[in-house]
Parts: sequence; structure tokens; C-alpha cells
Amino acid sequence: MSSVIDEVPRPSEKSGFGFFESSTTRSLIGGLSVAAAWLMVAALTAFWPDKPESDWVYTGGFALACGALALALALAAFAGVRFVAFQRLQRLSPWLLALALFLAAWEAVTAKLGLLPLPFFPPPQAIVEVVIDDWGRLAEGIFASARLLATGYFLGAAVGFVTGVAIGWSRLAGYWIHPVLRFIGPLPATAWLPLAFFVFPSSFSASIFLIALATGFPVTVLTWSGVACVKSAYYDIARTLGATQRFLVLKVAIPAAMPHVFVGLFMGLGNSFAVLVVAEMLGVKAGLGWYLQWAQGWAAYANMYAALLLMAFLCSGLITLLFRLRDRLLSWQKGVVRW
Amino acid sequence: MVAAIASDCAVRGSTLTLREVSHSFDLEGQPLPVLDRISMQVRRGEFVALLGPSGCGKSTLLRLVAGLDTPTAGSLLTEGSEIEAPDPSRVVVFQDPTLYPWRTVWSNVALGLEARGLLRTHRGRIEDALRLVGLMSFANAYPHQLSGGMAQRAALARALVNDPKLLILDEPLGQLDSLTRIAMQAELVSLWQRSNFTALLVTHDVEEALLLAGRIIVLSERPARIKAEVVNSQPYPRHRGDPHFVELRREVFEHLGLDEAW
Repeated sequence: MSSVIDEVPRPSEKSGFGFFESSTTRSLIGGLSVAAAWLMVAALTAFWPDKPESDWVYTGGFALACGALALALALAAFAGVRFVAFQRLQRLSPWLLALALFLAAWEAVTAKLGLLPLPFFPPPQAIVEVVIDDWGRLAEGIFASARLLATGYFLGAAVGFVTGVAIGWSRLAGYWIHPVLRFIGPLPATAWLPLAFFVFPSSFSASIFLIALATGFPVTVLTWSGVACVKSAYYDIARTLGATQRFLVLKVAIPAAMPHVFVGLFMGLGNSFAVLVVAEMLGVKAGLGWYLQWAQGWAAYANMYAALLLMAFLCSGLITLLFRLRDRLLSWQKGVVRW
Repeated sequence: MVAAIASDCAVRGSTLTLREVSHSFDLEGQPLPVLDRISMQVRRGEFVALLGPSGCGKSTLLRLVAGLDTPTAGSLLTEGSEIEAPDPSRVVVFQDPTLYPWRTVWSNVALGLEARGLLRTHRGRIEDALRLVGLMSFANAYPHQLSGGMAQRAALARALVNDPKLLILDEPLGQLDSLTRIAMQAELVSLWQRSNFTALLVTHDVEEALLLAGRIIVLSERPARIKAEVVNSQPYPRHRGDPHFVELRREVFEHLGLDEAW
């Protein structure tokens, strides 16, 4: 209940580089050096000829894109002198600089010097090429993966939540469900894969089942523990004020358990990604996992990297979304982890 | 607005009768007696304090009165009928405010009305209660933003909104700093005088009992037995320095076996 004690001092939010701090000229210099780094990537790509016998179509395009970014960053650096909105970019500049250096190195050791063996390590422009030329198939893959994941995840989360509340609340439900949960829950969902693919009418429905299973277990366990951990004083208060059983479940147990439920939802989401990719690689003939497998089969490593990159964006985006939802629903909590 | 709450309570408080109430806990198979044949009678609108050493079973007695637990033996009656389950006419203010952290102060106070489906018709009472305890400007704050005293006042408002006939106070001021405590004691008295509910206060603070209650029931160490009863018919507000007050305090301490120590 104390309102002051758990106030943990947080490191102040500064840019990663000490010398970029505060003064406008310094931040201008910082912004311009980031722009210069990107200009260097552009120049390196454009004017250092690719190694002989290579046919990277988008070398020029990639150089142009880096150049355009350099220009935009330079403009933003100047705008930052006047407009506060652009100063936010300062926090990003160390990262933007590091990224430019990484791209330059990557470009140099692949397309220019050919130090890394092909086709395993394509240059950045090869990935740009894939994204531009094969975007149709990639978009289809994203859509298929998202549909499968969303269906399985929501189903698993909903069933897990209801089951968790039931076990936490009712002794009878606990008696019957708990042993089943203990026996089957720890089994990795992927172990069901062979069985699921012949029991279910389609590989799609089988995958939904597997993803729901992978999501449902952690959600069930954490919802249950959340409900079981509710302080009995909360119930006493509500009971003396005339609460019914229904009120105790819906308005006391569930809201009090929500922080735990979200931990379960996060764990479930992580699990569901893993099962999604495995299911797509082994059975479903669509989605990013399938695309990965397909690209590898054709030794199209650039396509593989592109799919991996998109997958990273997709997963990270979903986790972010879940964090946003949690921050919004649990705004009454304090000192929660920022994603 | 104070008048609104007070006049709603025109029904006045309820009576409370305890007949030979005994209670024991089960401690690793061994019964641990906590209350030993407690009998007492509380009149309508009376303010009674239960005074006793820490851990003597006072809070257990309150839980029985609230209907949260049932006694091992004996019976508790209010208005002639047996107490079997919690009822919103008997509201408890616990030592710990126990506000729901996920609700704002306003919706914490609204809890009882919401639980009974009266929120729509009695909405106005929430503001009245918040104003009564001086928390109107914190209606939208979350519990973690409140100080200890503010949280306890919110808990008091949450109880008062339900128009209790019997207000059960379980050391409600125990965790407050002494200044807030003195102010809240005065507030409690004036609230009780205006609303006329029956009040049952558990405390281990002798002065608090003497300041607030008309009758003080002194309990023994565990298992709690009624040791003595002290009537304080002084008018309110009472003063700590008043000779009669000092005399009563000495008497109560004597009953507690501490006459030389203080």
C-alpha cells in the first residue's frame, strides 16, 4: 500500500553518446555525422564496382535509397535546431550510425570483396531485390501466417483463460482438470504434430489446434495462479458489501488476476510463434515458415533472409501490440516493464 | 450532502446480541480457543469499543459479527435474527484499507452499490460519501497514488455509501500517523452522531476507545473473555486532559493490568 517506497530510481533517458547531449550545435553535428555515414554507405555501394561476374540488379537502387535516407537525416538534423519534434530523432542517432556501419561492412565483404561464400551470404541489394520482385508471394505468406496465428492464439488464449479461472475458482473443476493439465501441459505442442496432421481434416485446422495448445497451457496455468493468489481480504470486502458469487469472480478474482494472465499471454505468444513456424514448415503449404523452407530448398538464401526479416518484424510487432494492450488495461499498476 | 446521507439513515442502527459465543481455530489438528463464552448486548445507535491486548481475538469477534465466519459455539443475533452470512447492512472497515488497486477511488467507493445492482439509482451517494471524507478531488486517482490516511478515508467512504446499520471498525486508524489519527477520530464521532448507526470499534488504544465509545468492553488475553465494562457517558467532544477522562483511563488501564506501568 505504500505509495513512495517502491519508487525505483530509473536511469534518465539520454542519448547513448555522451557528447551529443543538450547543446543544439552538438546535436546538429551528431545528426549530420549520422547522415554522412549513410551517404558513405550510398557512395560505397554506388562507386565501388561489384566484384566481377556478379549481377546484382538493385545495386544502384540500394545506393540511391541509402542516399535518400542520408539526405532525409541531414534535413532532420537541421530541422531539429528549430522544431522540437525532430529532436526525438537524437535518441536514435547512435543506432542509426551503427546500422550504417553494419550495412557498409556487409556490402563490402559480400558484393564488393566477395569474402563470404555465395549463395549463403547475399549482399543487402539481393534482399532488396527479393522484397521488390517477390513481394506478392511474401505478402501472401504474411497473410497466411497471420491468419493461422491469430485464429490459434485467440482460441488457445480464450480456452486457457476460462479453464484457468475455472480451476482457480471451483474445487470440482480443479479436481478434474488439474491432473489432465499436469500430465499433458508440459508436453511440447509440436509433439502432437504427427498425430494432429492425420486426425484433423486439414493441415490448417491441425495447426490451429497445435497453436491453441501451445498458447493455452501457459495462459491456463498463469490465470489459475493469478486467481489463486488473490488476497482473501479482497473477497471479504466484497462479501460484506453484498457481492454475489458472480460478482466475486467477474469483478474481484479476474481483475486481480490480470497481471498474471498477461504473463501467461506473453509466454503463450512466444510459444505460438515457435509452433506456427514448425507447423508451416512441416505441413501447411502457406505462410512465412513454408516460404522459408521453400527458399532453402531452392538455395534462394536472399529470399530466406527476407522472410526471416519479415518474420522478426511480425513477431516483434505482435509482442509490442500485446504490451500496449497490457499497459492500457493495467494502467493502474506501477513500475511495469516498458517494452 | 452530509444531511442527505444522515437522513437516509433515519432507520437508525440495529441491535446486536452475542450469546455465549465461543470460537476456536484448528491449528495442526489442535483446537486453539480464541473466544471464550462472550455475551453482550449492544443497543441501537450505541458506540461500543472492544479493548484488549494484541492477538486476543478481537478481530475474530468482528469477523463473526460481520458474518464472514461462523462461531464454534453460541449465537450472534442482530435485530433478533441470527447472523449467518455477510450482509451489506453490517459493513466492516478493516485495519488495512484494502482498496482494489485496479479501481479508481470513485469506483472503489461504488463497490457496494455495484455489487447490489444499485449503482444506477444511487449514484449520487458516491459523491456524497467522497465529499464527506474529503476525497472529492481524488475521485479519479488510483489507490497507489493515495497516502495511508487518504486510503483509509476512501475505505470509510466505501463503507458509508452502503448506509450501514452496524458499522464494524477493526482498528481502522491503527496505521495512521498521530495527527491524521486525531482528525479521523473526531470525524468518526461526528459521522456517527449524524448518521446514528450502531458502531462496534475494535482497538488496543485506550485513549481512542475512551474518546469515541460510550461503553468500553475490556477483553482478556487469548482466549478472550469479557473482563470488565466501563461506561463513558461524557458528552462529545471529549478532552484528553479532562479529570474525569483521566480517571476513566486509569480505571481501564487497571482492568488491563497495566495500572503501574503507564
